[in-house]
Amino acid sequence: MNERRLPPVQQLGVVSMILTIVSVIWLASYIPKHPPLTVSVVLMILAGVVMATNLTMLSRVQEFAWPTFRAVAGWTLVAYIVIAGMLEFVFLYDHVRGAVLLLMTLSLVSFAVNVPLLLGFGVARYQ
Amino acid sequence: MDSTAVAPPVAAATRPALPIPASIVPLRGLPVVGVVIAALIAAIATNKPWALNFFHVAGGGAWTALDLFLGLILGPVVRSLAPPARAEFTARYMPKMLLIMPTLVTMTLGSGFQLARHFDFLNTAYPRHGYIVASMIVVGVMAVIALGVLQPAGVAVLYELRKPQPNVELVGHLMKRYMYSAGITGVMQVATLVIMTRLPT
Repeated sequence: MNERRLPPVQQLGVVSMILTIVSVIWLASYIPKHPPLTVSVVLMILAGVVMATNLTMLSRVQEFAWPTFRAVAGWTLVAYIVIAGMLEFVFLYDHVRGAVLLLMTLSLVSFAVNVPLLLGFGVARYQ
Repeated sequence: MDSTAVAPPVAAATRPALPIPASIVPLRGLPVVGVVIAALIAAIATNKPWALNFFHVAGGGAWTALDLFLGLILGPVVRSLAPPARAEFTARYMPKMLLIMPTLVTMTLGSGFQLARHFDFLNTAYPRHGYIVASMIVVGVMAVIALGVLQPAGVAVLYELRKPQPNVELVGHLMKRYMYSAGITGVMQVATLVIMTRLPT
């Protein structure tokens, strides 16, 4: 099978998504009270660091099906930008403001990067 | 006698007899998805409990049933098939799932969150708030499995099947991964059923 030595993009992507999801659940579990933000802030910073590491490691791969990656990740990104846009509208519509809005927006950004990355990599690694 | 030598036809590399998916996403199904999503948005915007209940129950029921059927019944059957048969099944099945599953998940979660808001289940004062948080955790785990493993495997299979010479072994390997992760989400759906039936009782 066409399994090459590649950085652990899939594993790191999943870790970043788990950190993001835990942060969102932490915030959502306190509605309508104001949640303590420290836990969510730490989780989102960790998610961002893992995501940045993942992107850096993948960008250094020389022999890779980059056109396929770009095609799959690009279309997935378009879909997730639409979804994230709708969710951001819902947050604003529901009067989410301040630090909570910032954290929720960052979680949408995390998803909009991680999901296309996982899909694009998941396809391109076998080309 | 004609002295011109006619070269014998060179045996071209033959593609395994597998159906070729016309496109990664079946475009004919997109209008149906568009109608469903538009109706869901209307249900959320109007906040009608019946419409929200309809989307949540219909979407959740179909999602749960599909996950359980795929993971626990169809999965073992497909795993026991020969790789070419598995690949042929996949070529016909996977494009449809690429539209059906995200639509069902969007229907269920979108209407479910709005219902929870409507009936004040999200409020920490709600006596069974713990069950709501538990359902978020279950959905979170299922989302990671679906987005991190299941969906990439499905799209990779479709890309492979559109090649002139698809690697049948790779298709079988990816399908096995797909079915195992569908099985895990199927088992997690049982947890969802327990939580959802505990809420109103």
